[in-house]
Amino acid sequence: MSERARLSGWTIILLTLALLPLYLHSARWIDFLEMTLFVAVLGQGWNILGGYGGQYSFGNALLFGTGAYIQALLQFKFGISPWIAMWFAIAGVVAVGAMVGFLSFRYGLRGSYFALITLAFAEAFLVLSRSLKSITEGGSGVQLALNQDPAQAIATFQFNFAGPFLKEYGFYYTIFTILLVTYAITWWMERSRFGAQLVAVRENEDAALALGINTFKVKLGAICLSSAITASCGVYYVQKFLFIEPGIAFGPSKSVEALFAPIIGGLGTVVGPLLGSVFIHGVGEATKMTIGQALGGRPGVDLILFGTILILVLAFLPRGLVGLVEAVWKRLSGGRDA
Amino acid sequence: MLEVQGINKSFGGLHAVSDASLFVPAGKVVSLIGPNGAGKTTLFALISGFLRPDSGTVIFDGTDITGKAPHLICQMGLVRTFQVVKPFASLTVRENIAVGAHTRIADRKAALAKADGVALLVGMDAMLEQSAGDLTIAGRKRLELARALATEPKLLLLDEVMAGLNATEIAELVPVIRTIRDTGVTILLIEHVMQAVMSLSDYTYVLNQGVMIAEGEPKTVTSSPDVIEAYLGHGAAERLAKMEARDA
Amino acid sequence: MELLGFSLPSYGWSTIFGSTISGVFLGSIYALVAVGLTLIYGVLHIINFAHGALLMLAMYAVYFLWNILGIDPYLAMLIVVPGGFAFGYGLQRFIIGKASHGKDEITLLVTLGVAIVIENMALFFFSATERSVRVPYDLDGIDLGVTYAVYPELAALVGSFLITLALWAFMTRTDTGKAIRAVSKERQGAQLVGINVDHIFAVTFGIGVACVAAAASLLVPTYAVHPQIGSLFVLIAFTVVVLGGMGSFVGALVGGFLIGVTEQLGRLYLGESLGVITISVIFIFVLLFRPTGLFGVKAG
Ligand SMILES: Nc1ncnc2c1ncn2[C@@H]1O[C@H](COP(=O)(O)OP(=O)(O)O)[C@@H](O)[C@H]1O
Ligand SMILES: [Mg+2]
Repeated sequence: MSERARLSGWTIILLTLALLPLYLHSARWIDFLEMTLFVAVLGQGWNILGGYGGQYSFGNALLFGTGAYIQALLQFKFGISPWIAMWFAIAGVVAVGAMVGFLSFRYGLRGSYFALITLAFAEAFLVLSRSLKSITEGGSGVQLALNQDPAQAIATFQFNFAGPFLKEYGFYYTIFTILLVTYAITWWMERSRFGAQLVAVRENEDAALALGINTFKVKLGAICLSSAITASCGVYYVQKFLFIEPGIAFGPSKSVEALFAPIIGGLGTVVGPLLGSVFIHGVGEATKMTIGQALGGRPGVDLILFGTILILVLAFLPRGLVGLVEAVWKRLSGGRDA
Repeated sequence: MLEVQGINKSFGGLHAVSDASLFVPAGKVVSLIGPNGAGKTTLFALISGFLRPDSGTVIFDGTDITGKAPHLICQMGLVRTFQVVKPFASLTVRENIAVGAHTRIADRKAALAKADGVALLVGMDAMLEQSAGDLTIAGRKRLELARALATEPKLLLLDEVMAGLNATEIAELVPVIRTIRDTGVTILLIEHVMQAVMSLSDYTYVLNQGVMIAEGEPKTVTSSPDVIEAYLGHGAAERLAKMEARDA
Repeated sequence: MELLGFSLPSYGWSTIFGSTISGVFLGSIYALVAVGLTLIYGVLHIINFAHGALLMLAMYAVYFLWNILGIDPYLAMLIVVPGGFAFGYGLQRFIIGKASHGKDEITLLVTLGVAIVIENMALFFFSATERSVRVPYDLDGIDLGVTYAVYPELAALVGSFLITLALWAFMTRTDTGKAIRAVSKERQGAQLVGINVDHIFAVTFGIGVACVAAAASLLVPTYAVHPQIGSLFVLIAFTVVVLGGMGSFVGALVGGFLIGVTEQLGRLYLGESLGVITISVIFIFVLLFRPTGLFGVKAG
């Protein structure tokens, strides 16, 4: 696909995302869109390191959870403004990510070993967040006070009692903005020296080294960027739900959600995580609406579906849905525009 | 340009390189020959920082680079290619070469433009959009050369870039390497293709079982009995001499 | 004892000894779960994320055999072990092997997908309810002085040794075992001498699942079955395998005991919830500083 086709595609996608909720007017559908964009951002955080850099993390919950906890605890314990807390959250997560990256890459952990160590760190933080009650409030989690004063809505980063527009759309446009920023960064990265070197590391680390790339530094840079993006998801989550507990923060489900979207959508592409997230949430919602009733609302159906989609994509679409879309596009444009 | 002094490397009990020394003067093409398993690739790895020598020193452009990290050595202007080619398979030829170009050039557009120039020089300009994974062996060898060249090296180490190529492809590549030398790049090459060694190199070293057994002008070296024995086995030089005497 | 501002409680020897003994029993269960995992890693070089889910599935099988047909959980081994083998063989041959295109990272993701599907199927069909098997002898046992050991614990301990021994004998004494070892050492070489590598991979995976099915039989009398039970064990099993050295049976056995004892002592000194941090700490340190583990040959 040419750069121009890509840009027009993005214009259409972003305009749709910007305007769609205004026409939906339904709290349920706006919630659905919010969660879709949330996972799209979470997935981009994974995609930077996993898709572009080839380092598959199985523990991105470590980054999400650390961000969420810093955001929650700074407000809960010290009454710090959420707008200030978020910078500490991002910085804190980058520090944690850099530490894990430094240790893993310094000791040359690749492939399965890198996956295992990220998993181990997430598990360690899960245990710590449950047991260090004096710091984290333990297993019962942190509940933030609900602001009921409309005048304080923006100052408290809470839109539940805000004026008419913010109340309805505040969180949607928050996650939409986060998506815009993180996807713009990824778009820029893809077209930069750093991005080219990161992909080179993924494709062949020895060749990258021979061509003068400091592969350690490049991987470390990628994990820091990945951390910052994932941290923003933690911040968003806490502001939206005003609650965080160890299982949500550091349990395996966020780690898994983070890798589903980019793998299904298309690894190492800007649009992949968004496409993947829209697809799995769309399929999940469609299932609920059609056969959900017949199944009696039992839990597990959507994850059975997502797991199956994951396996099928791995088996038949090595480049994910993006690869499929590009193949179709090539067909339609008569193979002129590869 | 490059001076290797008494370098040693063993893997377990195997002495892959023993007390080897060589000297590459600026602006020349020097070749390193020797039978399979002689330790040539290992010597390249020692020079380029991929392996740390047990003892000995590597001096490049007046600086001791022994044991330095490979990417730093490359940034100083010494780049190697791999005998077993390592393309960035899912990238295009242009993108592959641009990775090399980025070592000196931060800007993406400028790096891609530089890639186009290098591709033209090595005769890959028609394949720029092709995926590196789809290239033939000859194409991959050329790409290996192009990527290294894009880092703007002072010294280029080429590890068997002619191996696996047919006569036509070899005949095409020889002038390319000559052109690269003419642009001022010093070259040290490992080669089995004698025709290329003879026509390209100003000086030749012979490595056998990790030991430098001969050096000199390519013609003189390749006709020395020691070298012939190293390649063809014990007693070969004598037999060859007898055969020549009989033919004459 | 004072350590970094934390004051550790001090206990008498009999308490410490009691914890150690219960750690050994716990460790035998870890070893049981880990031995199949290490076999699969040793040969296929894949980390099987579905291992815990397969354990859970086998535990449900044992539970239903007891609940519906009244079959004793230990006797059920005669059914679930061959069943596990067949299931594992099919899973590797027709799903994991096919979907992963021979790439390690993809295999990791495929087994993760399989784990998610199996776990959520269990949740869907069996609900999150905990189900326990009560055997008439589950509270009988012997008094060891410092602690009391029930028969199911003793059975697990003996079982872990027997299974490891059986696996070792199988790998060294039978033709299939030798073929498996040949494939694990030299994939391409084995193919050249006419060994069907896909078949051997599937057989290995099947044996790994058969081991986990045997473990399930030994676990059911002491552990309640629910869809999450596998994920509780899987991380510990990874730790055991990494600590023992990926691919080493003896390593899995020794690693299991080490982790079991460490965990129990951790609980004793650091408290119930923080005590399990010892496992993650061991995991991280071994991965970073000794990825070959105690008995491993080379890092993958
Ligand atoms: N990383 C290594 N570990 C063990 N032995 C090695 C390693 N690399 C090379 N060797 C051995 O060192 C010797 C020299 O190999 P190499 O340098 O590749 O020879 P050449 O390039 O001259 O054919 C060979 O016997 C080879 O098997
Ligand atoms: Mg060689």
